[in-house]
Amino acid sequence: MSHFIEHFPVLIVVISLLSSITILVAGWINNKTSYFIFITTILIQFVAAIFILVHVLTGSPIHYWLGGWKPPWGIEYVVDALSAYVLVILLFLALACGIYSKKNIEHELPKKVVSFYSIFQLLIAGLCGVAVTGDVFNMYVFIEIMSIAAYALIASRGKIALKASFTYLVLGSVGACFFLIGIGLLYSVTGSLNMHDLSLLLPPLYGNRVVQAAFVFFFVGLSIKMALFPLHTWLPDAHAFAPAEISAMLSGIIIEVSTYAFIRVSFSVFTVNFLKLLPILDILCWVAGAAIIVGSLLAITQLNLKRMLAYSSVANMGYIMLAVGLSTSVVSEPWNGLTPALMHILNHALMKGCLFLVAGVFIYKADLWLIKDFQGLGKRMPYTCAAFVVAAISMIGIPPSVGFVSKLYIILAAIEAKKIIFVALLLLSSLLNLVYFWRVIETMYMKKVEGEEYSLLTHVSKDEAPFGMLAPVLILASLCIVMGFFWLAKIPMPLLNQVNSMFGLNKMP
Amino acid sequence: MNEITESLKPVLALACPASAALLILMSNRWPNLRESWTLIGSVVQFLIILSMAPVIINGERIECYLFREILPQVHFGFRVDAFGLLFAITASSLWILVSIYSIGYMRALQEHAQTRYYFCFALAILGAVGVALSGNLVTMFIFYEILTLSTYPLVAHEQSPEALFAGRKYLAYLLTSGVFFLAAIAWTYSLAGTTDFIPGGILKPVSLFQSTLFVLFILFLIGFMKAAYIPFHSWLPTAMIAPTPVSALLHAVAVVKAGVFGIVRIVVYVYGTDLMWELGLGIMLSSFAAVTMIGASLFAIAQDNLKRRLAYSTISQLSYIIFGVALLTPMGITGAMIHIPFHGFMKITLFLCAGSILVSTGKRNISEMAGIGRTMPITMLAFAVGSLGMCGIPPVSGFISKWFLGLGTLQAGKLSLLGVLLISSFLDVVYFFPILYLAFFAKPAETESMVIERKCIKEAPLSMVVPLTMTAFFSIVFMFPNPVTDLFLNLARTAVGQLGGG
Repeated sequence: MSHFIEHFPVLIVVISLLSSITILVAGWINNKTSYFIFITTILIQFVAAIFILVHVLTGSPIHYWLGGWKPPWGIEYVVDALSAYVLVILLFLALACGIYSKKNIEHELPKKVVSFYSIFQLLIAGLCGVAVTGDVFNMYVFIEIMSIAAYALIASRGKIALKASFTYLVLGSVGACFFLIGIGLLYSVTGSLNMHDLSLLLPPLYGNRVVQAAFVFFFVGLSIKMALFPLHTWLPDAHAFAPAEISAMLSGIIIEVSTYAFIRVSFSVFTVNFLKLLPILDILCWVAGAAIIVGSLLAITQLNLKRMLAYSSVANMGYIMLAVGLSTSVVSEPWNGLTPALMHILNHALMKGCLFLVAGVFIYKADLWLIKDFQGLGKRMPYTCAAFVVAAISMIGIPPSVGFVSKLYIILAAIEAKKIIFVALLLLSSLLNLVYFWRVIETMYMKKVEGEEYSLLTHVSKDEAPFGMLAPVLILASLCIVMGFFWLAKIPMPLLNQVNSMFGLNKMP
Repeated sequence: MNEITESLKPVLALACPASAALLILMSNRWPNLRESWTLIGSVVQFLIILSMAPVIINGERIECYLFREILPQVHFGFRVDAFGLLFAITASSLWILVSIYSIGYMRALQEHAQTRYYFCFALAILGAVGVALSGNLVTMFIFYEILTLSTYPLVAHEQSPEALFAGRKYLAYLLTSGVFFLAAIAWTYSLAGTTDFIPGGILKPVSLFQSTLFVLFILFLIGFMKAAYIPFHSWLPTAMIAPTPVSALLHAVAVVKAGVFGIVRIVVYVYGTDLMWELGLGIMLSSFAAVTMIGASLFAIAQDNLKRRLAYSTISQLSYIIFGVALLTPMGITGAMIHIPFHGFMKITLFLCAGSILVSTGKRNISEMAGIGRTMPITMLAFAVGSLGMCGIPPVSGFISKWFLGLGTLQAGKLSLLGVLLISSFLDVVYFFPILYLAFFAKPAETESMVIERKCIKEAPLSMVVPLTMTAFFSIVFMFPNPVTDLFLNLARTAVGQLGGG
């Protein structure tokens, strides 16, 4: 079995690509089949990802040579603890969004069901590819696959979504181009594209301006992809006008995979020693701090729920990047190294996934976009709104939710790194989160519907979302609490510690 | 002295309100079933908590950790000591009485959203008792935040614009303070390496700058805005828009006492009296408390709305507790600790009376209450008992705690502080006696004299009158030596004894 698992990384990508084409062909004949092919594929991928995770945890990383070509000549797929972790998160969220999409897509894009699933599958292929690859150029290719699929999916609703998609297309292409320039510069000095090989060839060249410039290109390019302030301008429109499950994927996974790419490039290709050479991480901390505050402030000004959530994502990217920025100066367990950053990647995927799916339910059931129209929803859709409250509380960071655990760990890390200013920023941002989320909760539950008098006898008819949409929402919401306990009980810590020791983040600086 | 017993009782005690909350939610459609869950939950919880008392009075502690090592040296779980149990007994015993009262009140006024009300009420009790039983700051913070959030729907219950405003103000104050509390916890943890409550304190002055400890203390103080000391008091009068049982239990006992409880924990169990003394923080804290005791009493005189006047009185009385602890003497701390249950019983009596008056006559303002003692004799007698207690006049238990506080000031050798205590007691008389005078001796307004001539007694429903009589009765009982008083006094003595002589 263990020998068989070695092939899973490539299988995950290949079956995804094949399934994407199959959906198109089979859907041409009968468009009912597309959903089932789609879901089955993700299910298989998800199971495979779990096998990979278990294998990586107990054994060593998986190295797969494409076509049997030895690295550094051929393309190598490397799945270590970090890749496996991201892979499981992304496939889990894709599964939840996939189940959710059945009803929603029939309603929103009745004529484009087949092409929607086909492109969605392509998006997942790209995401999985970024996670498993061990080759920088191959990573660029998969980033482009996932981005192009995302452009198409965002545009799928037509009209104003086209403009949102076009903005993303232009900025995303600039980002990808920067990433490619970075690769080009590295290739010009080392002649290699394999990550492991690069990490061995680069150390003597750390003083080289070309290498340093390459890092800056990687950083800026990926910052656009992950919507790090001030390069976030494409994100609010893209999140707001995409179909709900795509918004959830965008916010919960696509920008997170870009942060994964950044972590991979910074720690696997350039290694910690390079990061300590230049004040890169200090700059990163300050940029992230600005992102946290500006994102939260802009979220407060929004009237449209999905735009508000989008700005909240900008702030949360700041959380993750702040944690990355602190990672090299923090050594004491359990908040050492990349643990808080990786923790927040999972937590943000759960919370934001849940929130965007809930926003989608409101649009599906009643075409409600603006926060002020949400009066009385607490009674009309009790379960959906309860899920929203749980996820929102988690975003604010009230214990024992996942948001609280992330916040606590990042704060403890910042204290250990002696950067008290970021503790203040984090705490301020959780108050700002309170302001914009509580406004929604208050409107849903507390504001009276105009012209309606409450009494014991008033019976508001329930109008819940269909089960297929409700189930993923409720699962994600309950995970927001359950995962909080898992983190507190430190169940996933061995995995994250494996990542830290792999990047040499356990030793004293 | 510090023997430790492992027991599941703290968890069971918290499971009662938690499961009651779930069952309440499920029996949404059957009001009688729903209310019986509240009653069953409260009685069972009270018995479980009471059963821990004998062990605790022996000086042992009960421990129960659910998750070990959530952070190094920090376990999520409970460690019950005498002081925590004192607060837990107060909160859980009053929950029973207020539950009975709530049923009468909510039904008499035909309030909306009763399921939400009972659900949040149970959760709030979960938060308050959780705060009481927590073994360290991190666990305490978790329950502290649960308490804040679960009381929001109760404050904004009416859903009118004013209630929504009150709710927002409530959250803005208390969650902001929660943020400061969290910062203080994280900082303490990085300084001391633990967050457990240990008599005598966990922070050691060695190698720490005094200014660091000073700033940290300020952070903690802001973190306990629930204690409603001036200048962070204004959320409490605003929150009085909540239904009266909420004001009674939550804003005279659970929420505000959780804040005061936290301050005591910080002073005695995190800093320790010696360190407080060394840093001169006791003086600072007692001057804060003194300003609040007198200032809030002055505010109270100006209020016409009965509940708002009681709210200011609460603010003033809470600072008695802070004041007692800030004296840093054994007597002062004893006085502070027993003032928690005693003030709880007396203040709840007053609030329950205010609610009964509202239900039976619809009156909220003191100026309209002329002659009300004749139509509602039982309620107003209970009110008189509560008022006397607040002023610290002997047949009511308020006297005992004031006596201890007075002795505490003498022990600390600060006569000026004794003066503050006396002035504040005098001001209590100034704002409570006019109410009693109006109720019993003033002539009622023209339209209402008809009712009184017919000698019509118009009390609130029985389920409201019985609890308030009980609390008034207990307020007097505590004055005299008997097993119940001994329980509280012994708990306070055990807690002070563990401090190692202060």
